[in-house]
Amino acid sequence: MSQKIRVVIAKPGLDGHDRGAKVIARALRDAGMEVIYTGLRQTPEQIVSAALQEDADVIGLSILSGAHMHICPRVMELLKEKGLDDVQVVVGGIIPDQDVPKLNEMGIRGIFIPGTPMQQIVDFINGNARARV
Amino acid sequence: MKGVINPAETGKSRWERETLEPTLAKSPERKGPFTTISGQSIDRLYTADDIADRDYARDVGNPGDFPYVRGIHPSGYRGKLWTMRQFAGFGTPEETNQRYKDLIAAGGTGLSVAFDLPTLMGRDPDHPLSLGEVGKCGVNITSLADMERLFDGISLADITTSMTINSPAPMIFAMYLVVAEKQGADWKKISGTIQNDILKEFIAQKEYIFPPRPSMRLITDIFAFCAAEVPKWNTISVSGYHIREAGSTALQELAFTLRDGLEYVQYGVDAGLKVDDFVPRISFFFNSHSDFFEEIAKYRAARKLWAEAMRDRFGAKHPRSWQLRFHTQTAGVSLTAQQPYNNVVRTALQALAAVLGGTNSLHTNSLDEALSLPTKEAATIALRTQQIIAHESGVTNVVDPLGGSYFVEKLTRDMELGTLKYWDTIDRMGGMVEAIELGYPQKEIAEASYQFQQAVERRDKIIVGVNDYLQTDEKPIEILYIDDSTADTQLARLDALRQTRDNGRVERALDGLRKAARGRDNTMPPLLECVRAYATVGEMCDALREVWGEYEEVPVI
Repeated sequence: MSQKIRVVIAKPGLDGHDRGAKVIARALRDAGMEVIYTGLRQTPEQIVSAALQEDADVIGLSILSGAHMHICPRVMELLKEKGLDDVQVVVGGIIPDQDVPKLNEMGIRGIFIPGTPMQQIVDFINGNARARV
Repeated sequence: MKGVINPAETGKSRWERETLEPTLAKSPERKGPFTTISGQSIDRLYTADDIADRDYARDVGNPGDFPYVRGIHPSGYRGKLWTMRQFAGFGTPEETNQRYKDLIAAGGTGLSVAFDLPTLMGRDPDHPLSLGEVGKCGVNITSLADMERLFDGISLADITTSMTINSPAPMIFAMYLVVAEKQGADWKKISGTIQNDILKEFIAQKEYIFPPRPSMRLITDIFAFCAAEVPKWNTISVSGYHIREAGSTALQELAFTLRDGLEYVQYGVDAGLKVDDFVPRISFFFNSHSDFFEEIAKYRAARKLWAEAMRDRFGAKHPRSWQLRFHTQTAGVSLTAQQPYNNVVRTALQALAAVLGGTNSLHTNSLDEALSLPTKEAATIALRTQQIIAHESGVTNVVDPLGGSYFVEKLTRDMELGTLKYWDTIDRMGGMVEAIELGYPQKEIAEASYQFQQAVERRDKIIVGVNDYLQTDEKPIEILYIDDSTADTQLARLDALRQTRDNGRVERALDGLRKAARGRDNTMPPLLECVRAYATVGEMCDALREVWGEYEEVPVI
């Protein structure tokens, strides 16, 4: 029997607009994943430490404020430091087109802008989360 | 039937049986569901029967008459159009100052300041959580010096300014007052609005700093201060906008927002203020979403509910206390990143609903706001949308053109009854502060937003360009890209400020603020002294954090 995919959903930065984070958290849970929602205003350090403690397969970052080009590199760097390179990072929010290649380069392939169907996010995670034994 | 008319039988049911059913038998209706965007069921037809219990004089009334369903002004927009107030702010104070000058030149009639997240959260640009956020979602204001730059060349005696600021509202308002003073403007004559609505922050937008009770005290301090010193200032804009954006239904937006309003009035009364001294300066701020008639009904019901609550629940005697005034913004959340030009149409319809609902001022969103802050071109189209409604559509010739529509009157009635039910639930919890502490409105909204998302996933609700009518060959549009130079500028300025100001005076002023916070003295006079000494937003908020601590919510999914 396969284990459930474990997802940490996090809201980094100062922004409090958490509608998207909460809706996706619930949708992933309904899709059979184990979801841990960190709550608001998490630093990259707190997010990575939550991922470590929760043995997460996936980190979902919800960022609408324009701070993603500061937050994402820091999260990726910290994951590498902790040896958590195999944790899949996905980002949802307001991400201008021009930033997408830079995020891809950092290793973030799941980038979901407003209007993305929930099922598409579920499918992406199912297809890309690290295989658990 | 045997030709006997059942007294309970109405014209509508006869019509359904004799006219409608044969037609449906031949050509059935579309699959539906026929519901509003809030999930409310809608009948196919409304007739006089649906509003038979409504007494026109008592329950609706003419414009300018209690209970103001048809508007607070007897002459509607024939006297004065709504204020076209476009919310704007980004980057440095100078950049935003230039955008204001452009908006005024383009015919904008009021200013509306968008602050960045560090300012909204009471953090200076050098705080670790400000990383990457300075000047991104709005303008960065660190100290009085920035406020002076923001309004440089704009006479505060001649324009009204709305400021979307909540937890640090007293600090930012104090800065505005000091700039006005330096320009020689009379505090007794200037006008504008601070949002100053902390309850909806706990409920929806989550830009809170202090716990609910000291936060409420800051608000009643402003009520008292303004009643004496800045009598034309709108001390609070009780906001449903963010509640709706967080995913509530139209009814929840209305019910929670007005209940927040009642909470503020109650706290004001408990602080020893007289209802008619401060309630006339309370205004409201609603969303205008995509379901046209539901929105119109919401605004009409809002006026009645407020008028009756002020008169009957609080014993307000002054008609100005009864008259609900409100600003409207079209629904940011309805804008799509896909096929963004469609957003112009969405915004126009939403703006029309707000106008038909009798809004007193209006912000129309720009087509590119699902992608970034608006470009100047996009912001201009948004303003032009309002001007076209005002001058070309003809809807401003008549007061409340939809009054008497069976459908609109019935929806208005339903909104009213639904709101009273929510109020009852919240009253039983002890009030809105208590309901928030229990997580009640937060849970209601989270549930509604999930239900809506599921309706979209099932395609019960079609969003053009998102879950139907997709287009694969879209070309990206030009967007406003805000780089990090603002952070560098504001950090350098903060350093320079700390070296040049009288830091002894700053420390004494902050001590005065702490002392007022610990005791019962009004916090506005010590805040004005802090501002005059060029204390920063972060320093003033930190002083209060030391006294009151910070609020942390238990997240509800």
